[in-house]
Amino acid sequence: MSEAATHTGDVLRVEHISKNYGAVTALTDVSLHLGKGEILGLIGDNGAGKSTLLKILCGFQQPSAGQIYLDGQPVMFKSVDHARSLGIDAVYQDLAMVNQLTIYQNMFLNREKVRGLLLNNRAMRREAREHLDEMGVRIPDINSPVAKLSGGQRQAVAVARSVFSNPKILLLDEPLAAMGVKEGAIILDLVTRLKQQGEVSIIIIAHNYGQVLQVCDRVNMIQDGRITIDKRSSETSAEELTEIVVAEYRKALEERQRST
Amino acid sequence: MSETTHSPGMVGRPSGSSAGSNGRGSLGKLLGQLVRQRESTVFVIAVASFIGFWLANSSFVGKASLSDTFNNTFPAIIIIALGEVLLLICGEIDLSVGFMVGFTPFMTYFLTTYYHVPALLAILIGLLLGVVVGWVNGFLTVTVGLPSFITTLGTGFVLWGVMLYTSHAEPVAPVPPSLARYGSWIGGGNKYSWLIWAVVLTVIFHILLTRTRWGLHTVSVGGNLLGSQEAGISVARIKYGNFMFTGVLGALVGLQTMYYVNTIDPNSASYTPMFNAVTAAVIGGTAMLGGSGTIVGAFFGAIVLANLSTGFAIEGVSANLLYVIDGAAILIAMVANVQLARLRERGGR
Repeated sequence: MSEAATHTGDVLRVEHISKNYGAVTALTDVSLHLGKGEILGLIGDNGAGKSTLLKILCGFQQPSAGQIYLDGQPVMFKSVDHARSLGIDAVYQDLAMVNQLTIYQNMFLNREKVRGLLLNNRAMRREAREHLDEMGVRIPDINSPVAKLSGGQRQAVAVARSVFSNPKILLLDEPLAAMGVKEGAIILDLVTRLKQQGEVSIIIIAHNYGQVLQVCDRVNMIQDGRITIDKRSSETSAEELTEIVVAEYRKALEERQRST
Repeated sequence: MSETTHSPGMVGRPSGSSAGSNGRGSLGKLLGQLVRQRESTVFVIAVASFIGFWLANSSFVGKASLSDTFNNTFPAIIIIALGEVLLLICGEIDLSVGFMVGFTPFMTYFLTTYYHVPALLAILIGLLLGVVVGWVNGFLTVTVGLPSFITTLGTGFVLWGVMLYTSHAEPVAPVPPSLARYGSWIGGGNKYSWLIWAVVLTVIFHILLTRTRWGLHTVSVGGNLLGSQEAGISVARIKYGNFMFTGVLGALVGLQTMYYVNTIDPNSASYTPMFNAVTAAVIGGTAMLGGSGTIVGAFFGAIVLANLSTGFAIEGVSANLLYVIDGAAILIAMVANVQLARLRERGGR
């Protein structure tokens, strides 16, 4: 277990967070940090605790123990809204879009522009289009329902939507899941563009190491509810990370065989 | 391609892209767009059924018949349907609202007669009871977590029982003068006041659904519950609210029915008002599974049902046989709607 030195300029610091659901422990003891403008890959196998950690970081759930620091200040996220108001926004794999609504309606979901009591659709359409253009996301028609988009386009719109509100930290949950190389490239290009702008820090949660490593500055591996590896992307490789997971799996398998 | 049918925010507006319209005139384009609009089917059926009954028997457009159709049957259906459309879109249903129709008039009557509450206040309390019952439906469904089908089945029976028990199942006629004073403007009068209520409320609810955050979030909650929660939308607030709208609309229809027939009638409480309202919503294109639907569609759906009701009555179809014809007509309308939706989907690609 190696841990890179903690920087004082961290946007986000998580210290000794744990999460239990009754008798089930989802997170044992997680500590991590995220620098300004940094892109952190959070990887691990299914059930390792990635999604639980994400839910805690975006305010969907509260940790059983531990502390989160935002810009060095201790914070406690009461809800998704609260976390968002503090500048943390999450993009979920495919879940967050409402198929029946149009692209611009989705982009402004729950932060709609209004004039009095009525929706200001014209302003929302214009801004959504400008914003997508700015981010290099190519969409045929801002008025078409999200159901008509490809997986990559949907994810790109979802990411663009989050960036819209100028978050400090963006959490991307499996942004490349169930996506072909070409589709995935739309997202990777988008993340690269955000990195160049340097305004937002990003945590990418993934189990496809290869593609994630391309854009991440650093990777953390989560295993059995703990962070077990913290390395710069340049110091590791997809092969090495895969080997670690496979070794872990073999060890568990051997132990199980021995015990039976 | 253009498929405005799936986006309630775009209701009644020509779509931006024109699907396969090259070479056709503007009339063809307009027709193409009409077919693709979900409401157009039910609009055509509404007009056709009206003309059909008219041709079959000219007394269908007589003063008494028109009043029966458009100042009684139609408004009673559409006003409740406004609430049911919102509920269906956000993924719920209210089966109890038909019993609100009988419950509110009796409670209002008891308050004025036995508790000497001023009539206007009693009417307000009667409407408020609709809000309260809506809240209870919301509480049991959203907070306790029962399916709304079960919740409202139960609350409906409770309302029915309380009304029958307290009224000894006996009608009161005529409406006492103190209450009757407000009849003409609440919508029971014979001067199309009930129709005016229906039209005004339809416009308000259409705007609510298509032009406000409330309507957008109602669609969003029904379309993707989890996604809406994650966007920070208060799902509970939307669902409670739509149950409360439906409850108060049911209470209003109860008072209007009371004034229209000048009787406080225990028989006005049944599943029928709810069934008609849900049918109007569904033949108007509202999805039973949530996520999409329109007020305009329900408006024409209610006209279809009202035409059938008056039209068959004029044809001398017995009231009992009318149920069979009504049921069959509803099924046919629904099948046609589903088929046309498929056709539209294919054409829209």
